[in-house]
Amino acid sequence: MVGISSFGGYIPRYRLNRMKIYQTMGWINRANIAYARGEKAVANVDEDTLTMAVAAGINCVTGFDGSQLGGVYFASTTFPYQERQNAGIVAGALNMRDDVRSADFAGSLKSGTTALISAMEAVASGGVNNLVVCASDSRLGKMGSPQELIFGDGAAAFLVSDQDVIAEYKGSYSLTYDFVDHFRGKHAKFDRQWEDRWIRDVGYDQFIPQIINGLLDKYNLQLSDFSKVIYPCSYGSERKKLAKKLSLDPLKTQDIMMEQIGDMGTAQPMAMLVKALEDAEPGDRLLIVGYGNGCDAIWFEVTDQIKRLEKRKGITWHLENRAELDEYAKYLSWRHIVPVDIGLRGEEDIWARWSLDWRSRKTILGMVGSKCTECNIPQFPPQRICANPKCNAKDKTEDYVFADKKGRIFSYTGDNLAASMNPPQIYGNIDFDGGGRYMINFTDCDLESISVGMPVSFSFRIVYYDEKRDVTRYFWKAVPEKEV
Amino acid sequence: MAKGIRDKVAIIGMGCTKFEERWESTAQDLMVDAFAECLEDAGIDKKEIEACWLGSCMPDLSMGSTALPCASALKLPFLPVTRVENACATGSEAFRGACYAVASGVYDIAMAIGVEKIKDTGYGGLPIAGFGGQLANVIGPNTSAPGMFAQLASGYEAKYKVPMKKLKEAMAHISWKSHQNGFMNPRAHLRRQVTIEQILNSPMIAYPLGLYDCCGVSDGSAAAIVTTPEIAKSIKKNQEIIKVKSLQIAVSSGEESICNEYDGASIWTTGIAAKRAYEEAGIKNPRKEISLFDVHDCFSITEFSTYEDLQISPRGGAVDDVLNGFYDLHGGGVPCQTDGGLKCFGHPIGASGLRMLFEMYNQLLGRWPEERQVKNPEFGLTHNLGGQPINNVVSICILGK
Repeated sequence: MVGISSFGGYIPRYRLNRMKIYQTMGWINRANIAYARGEKAVANVDEDTLTMAVAAGINCVTGFDGSQLGGVYFASTTFPYQERQNAGIVAGALNMRDDVRSADFAGSLKSGTTALISAMEAVASGGVNNLVVCASDSRLGKMGSPQELIFGDGAAAFLVSDQDVIAEYKGSYSLTYDFVDHFRGKHAKFDRQWEDRWIRDVGYDQFIPQIINGLLDKYNLQLSDFSKVIYPCSYGSERKKLAKKLSLDPLKTQDIMMEQIGDMGTAQPMAMLVKALEDAEPGDRLLIVGYGNGCDAIWFEVTDQIKRLEKRKGITWHLENRAELDEYAKYLSWRHIVPVDIGLRGEEDIWARWSLDWRSRKTILGMVGSKCTECNIPQFPPQRICANPKCNAKDKTEDYVFADKKGRIFSYTGDNLAASMNPPQIYGNIDFDGGGRYMINFTDCDLESISVGMPVSFSFRIVYYDEKRDVTRYFWKAVPEKEV
Repeated sequence: MAKGIRDKVAIIGMGCTKFEERWESTAQDLMVDAFAECLEDAGIDKKEIEACWLGSCMPDLSMGSTALPCASALKLPFLPVTRVENACATGSEAFRGACYAVASGVYDIAMAIGVEKIKDTGYGGLPIAGFGGQLANVIGPNTSAPGMFAQLASGYEAKYKVPMKKLKEAMAHISWKSHQNGFMNPRAHLRRQVTIEQILNSPMIAYPLGLYDCCGVSDGSAAAIVTTPEIAKSIKKNQEIIKVKSLQIAVSSGEESICNEYDGASIWTTGIAAKRAYEEAGIKNPRKEISLFDVHDCFSITEFSTYEDLQISPRGGAVDDVLNGFYDLHGGGVPCQTDGGLKCFGHPIGASGLRMLFEMYNQLLGRWPEERQVKNPEFGLTHNLGGQPINNVVSICILGK
């Protein structure tokens, strides 16, 4: 049996009340009030599509043996790199073996479901096992556009395996059309769309029934055979129309979370599937539709194994782990939509030295340090001579992963002098549970709410973006843990 | 068996420019001024100098690296000139070079000169140092000097259960005291008195350090000419001879930043270098025997923890000593930062260690106006620190008669 054996989700902590956007930009198009309901999830200044995919991936593989992972398929339309495989960075951050398969799936909002189908078929072929499929997006609309209000940031991940399957892959059906409702050319930063009526009446209204009916016909099923139907389509009115057209029970339609998160693009149906799996019971049948320049439909049957899957944060926990983004201007600054002056100190030039990054790839991507095999003290960054003065053994080390450890704040500060797009820059020394100490940036926290001794976990984040060379560099940061 | 530097080297001349935003001067100009004063004070001819050590830490901001800018600006006649750098302890490192050259018997007369011109960055605070190397650009935190030292405060608060409010009061007193002293010093950059309220209410730079917890930023140069005590006596017939009693340096081994034993409320290297320095100088009770000292007060909290690391305040006792005025100029204790310290001088990195020695030298010779002269000093100590609390270089020099 091949299918999903685990899932993970990630929604960034910051939420921007859409009315804040409208209050500033509503003057340009009063009709946008229709989209100014609820809030949208907004990636922090140090987050992007890739870091969200890593977070969802970590969430997904929690409790699984990392050495058994067979690769990463990563789907998005907002990759940080056009050349330099994004999935490869995710594999590094997940501390996967070197002999794994990786691929980026791009170009369409349905690339998430396409990646999922491809993973299922790859595992079914016996050529590879335990593939992590991530989908993540952080799309931008111009200031004052409907898309700016509609789009939200988020990610989802699945472990595709032939062992401990919680949702069996039963089959799929796909359609490919060069139907252009949204598009971005190779230099475009912002989404561009054709008329809403065209998108609704020719796009969703035609293709969603076509893909669903196509799958039902192919496998000789009725829509009533399914416990949950998952499909993207951010227009509320169109969703109602489609439900009527398909005779779909509203209780069996997976909520699209538009007022909590927004349209997550490639991650949209994937995050909805995560949410559906969080609530699923053995025997449930799930139908998921990916939409964008055609469609994919996949169906699953939930197994008894779902009861044995360790509870994980998924989408539900992240929905509740929220903090209000107080300023619309912060969103505009963080996404580089408006130029911001962070002072001359922030203009000091740092080059990415790729030979260094290659040499230290485990340290940078996987936060791998060393553990002295003589005195057993973990050390970061890795040391050739043990730092313990009572030991000082030379070259008696083994790799030791810090990224998945917890720690406690040993000392900290909030720095207003260090150049930052989200001052104060908070950082401090962390004592790792199990030993070792390192001074590291903190994120997703406020100075007022942290103290010495507070527990932290680690999150893969952007260190800086080099605008001149279009380089995004990543490392880990400490996230003070709190109850939500 | 080696016996250390004690009484093997004497200072016969020192010079120190005014430290401030020297918009009009190049690094070379500053060296020329410090050198001229130093040479005049020594009362020797330039030709008598046999070797020179230059300390500069960030020369890319001004004159460029190597010893050439120094040799060329001062027109040193094809002398052996060595450029040294050891983070913010660079000035003391140049002095060490010159002292060991004399103590070894290789040269009779050597010079140390330090300079830094850091006000050409276009922004406030110390420039980004890059001490961590290229890997730290990716895996290191986005820090500034105040942010790294600020953590001493949260560490001290946690270890000694001192409420932050109380700690902030002690830190404010430290800055207040230095401004009182700097106010009287014509060579200091920041020459004004400030109130405790002004200090406590100043804008936050890096929690819990406010603006007045941070030292100034300036350009400057300082120099010293050293020789053997015997030669010094022959040149300075009517002057007391100021001798080097100890020169110690301790550099982090990585233990503080990587292992878990370091307490975060002190600076280990200072404690280690101090212990060695007192032994070298034959000092048994520093609180009683040290007459005055100048520490690396890059931040008030650094000066605060240094009192304990130098064994002048007992562990956990610095708050009481500070608030009792023990370190004030005329507080009846051990005066600290009698010249105003980094707080009022700013920190042109290559020059700071030598600027501290300039103050000790002149205090020991009793050259200052009565209002800021310490009475009958025996030992003057300087403490020059580079890096950050968990990973640093500490240089301690003790001068005496």
